[in-house]
Amino acid sequence: MHKKNSEKLWIAFFVSPAMAIVVSIILLPLFMSLFNSLFSWRQLIRDEFVGLENFRRVFFTEPYKTRFSNAIGNNATWLGVTMLVQNTLGLAMGYFLSRRIRGSEFYKRIIFIPVLFSIVAVGFLWGLYLKPNGLLNGFLKLIGSPEMARAWLGDEKLATFSIIAVNIWRWVGFPSLVFLAAIDSVPTECLEAAWMDGAKDRTVFFRIILPLIVPSILIITVLTIVGSLNVFEQIYTMAGLDGSPNYSTDTIGTLFYRTGFGSVDSGNPEIGVGSAIGVIIYFLTLAASLVSIMSLGKQEVEL
Amino acid sequence: MRIKRIAILALVATLALGNVFAQKTELNFWTWRPEDTEKYQALLASFEKQNPGVTVKISAFKNTEYNTILSAALAGGSGPDVFQSRAYGGLETFAQSGYLEPLDAWVPELKGFDKAPLGGATSIKDGKVYGVPFASQTLFVFYNKAIYKELGLKVPETWDQFLANLAACKKAGYQALANGGKEGWTLEVMMGSLAPNFYGANDFFQAVVAGKTNFQDPRFKGAMDKLKELTPYMPDLFMGVSYTDMQASFINEMAAHFVGGSFEAGYFSSQNPKLDFGIFAGPVAKAGDPRHVSVYADGNFSMNSGSKKKDAAAKLLKFFASKETGNFFINELKQVSAVPGADTSKSPYIKEVLSLQKFNTPYIFLVGFRYNQPTGSALFQSAAQGFFAGTLSSADLCKQIQDGIATYYAPFQKK
Repeated sequence: MHKKNSEKLWIAFFVSPAMAIVVSIILLPLFMSLFNSLFSWRQLIRDEFVGLENFRRVFFTEPYKTRFSNAIGNNATWLGVTMLVQNTLGLAMGYFLSRRIRGSEFYKRIIFIPVLFSIVAVGFLWGLYLKPNGLLNGFLKLIGSPEMARAWLGDEKLATFSIIAVNIWRWVGFPSLVFLAAIDSVPTECLEAAWMDGAKDRTVFFRIILPLIVPSILIITVLTIVGSLNVFEQIYTMAGLDGSPNYSTDTIGTLFYRTGFGSVDSGNPEIGVGSAIGVIIYFLTLAASLVSIMSLGKQEVEL
Repeated sequence: MRIKRIAILALVATLALGNVFAQKTELNFWTWRPEDTEKYQALLASFEKQNPGVTVKISAFKNTEYNTILSAALAGGSGPDVFQSRAYGGLETFAQSGYLEPLDAWVPELKGFDKAPLGGATSIKDGKVYGVPFASQTLFVFYNKAIYKELGLKVPETWDQFLANLAACKKAGYQALANGGKEGWTLEVMMGSLAPNFYGANDFFQAVVAGKTNFQDPRFKGAMDKLKELTPYMPDLFMGVSYTDMQASFINEMAAHFVGGSFEAGYFSSQNPKLDFGIFAGPVAKAGDPRHVSVYADGNFSMNSGSKKKDAAAKLLKFFASKETGNFFINELKQVSAVPGADTSKSPYIKEVLSLQKFNTPYIFLVGFRYNQPTGSALFQSAAQGFFAGTLSSADLCKQIQDGIATYYAPFQKK
């Protein structure tokens, strides 16, 4: 009895530093922003309790209504394009690397290197490459198609896609490696049995490999959803906080920052509305992750 | 007896020492210009000499983090005694939160200040002055004198002459205008430099602030259409051209004109000392019309309302309102000081800027509409990106500004 008690104390002793950190830098701010979002604010001073008024303003009154739906639309674009392009590409690369093509060890490293780069450095450098007289337009001129040159980050129709493309370049190595590891862990006897039965590569991939790597697909999907909802640094470094040009790159992250903290141009802080947007981001992330975990979890195949 | 004498001596000595300590007051002063700290120290040394017993400890924070650090400190009750505060809306945040001391009574010198810079230190809520303005900024056009000489151009007075000069520069292979639109605020600066003479400067400003007209006024829309006439002279793919690209092309003498603010000159000269540039106010429709420039206050020195050393703090603020500080801003920081009567004899550039200020008008969105979200500036900057890129018409631009401001601006709601 005595021994058990001291064991519990020891466990508590070892867990408490980590718990203290989690509580103070994750849970506390979360509840503080929830708390702040329920008040009206007189500049930097918390004023009266207003219930869900700040949430009503985000969803139903101008200008927040338009800005919020525009931002969430851009987040959806991020999610759609990243899911489709980055993860498909990642799966393809993972598959080809697992086939042990010539130089696959070399490619594996090359593909993964950008993942290690600082997100801010990548954003800054690609920001230079994508300038009107930057590397990309220079390359287009070199290959004889100067008419293809664009203001990649200044054109409303292209800016978001340009930033997403840069982010895919940076991050595609991560899903590639996760999928490679998953494909490598598919039991060889399953694959050999399939080949013995005369199954083609395509059939093997879609009927055996894919169902067996669902757990990895699930992880990548959840990470993509969370990443797409929280995207901020890429936009901050390449387009700035105001969702330039003309809000075409604005996401709920940048909208939250501008609203909650204010800036010289965007105006005085609206801490109540900003906190409400923060809380909405949190619940969106939570809900989307839960739904994808539950729905994809059912697809999992047990051997 | 002897012991008694020693005791008395010791007592006197302690009292005297106590007195010395009581007179010694240390003020905390905060600035958002780490790059100017050394220069400030020299200025403050002069203040300490004139005010024995008061010392000033200076702390500098990065410009972009300054507001956050300052608001946290003030809210926590540990802020500095005297600090740099932003103008207009940025001042309002702190004034309305009750962190700033009204200065009308503490610093009588403020009465002699010009109305334009003082506007940036006055709260719109109670009309009290909460800061000693330090500098004003003016928006106009920089031009490259060497290129003008080479092409035989004259400084334009009318809009048509301006367009003709731009066309001549473009034809000669120069970038006629350095300005791009990747950052919306550079477009707002262009508007502030060139539009007032077409929307009717102060007449329109006063009318729109009072709600007697709005941003869909044909005068304002017409001024926007004028701005659009410049797009052929802007760089290729100008929507991707950022502020630093603009600066680089003017500094490297690839661009003939740069529409910008008085704050650029120091950087231009430091990056290319050989660059010979001149300035002119926004051109007008008809020769002889008054040429207005947009002017705004840059920032202030303010007192913490929770300071325990208000008397000493007031001394420092009076010093900041003196000609000595004014001359320091002009000669050391190369800024257009807001102190009346400061000496410009050593800086012909600042003298010229001040002469352009003869006809001045408030920088419209900053001065009038930067107090609430969405600010006039934020609305203009993003809609102007659409307008310059061709996805919005000038009517759309004006409507978006009007609708956005009308969500909170009472004079616009009555209509």
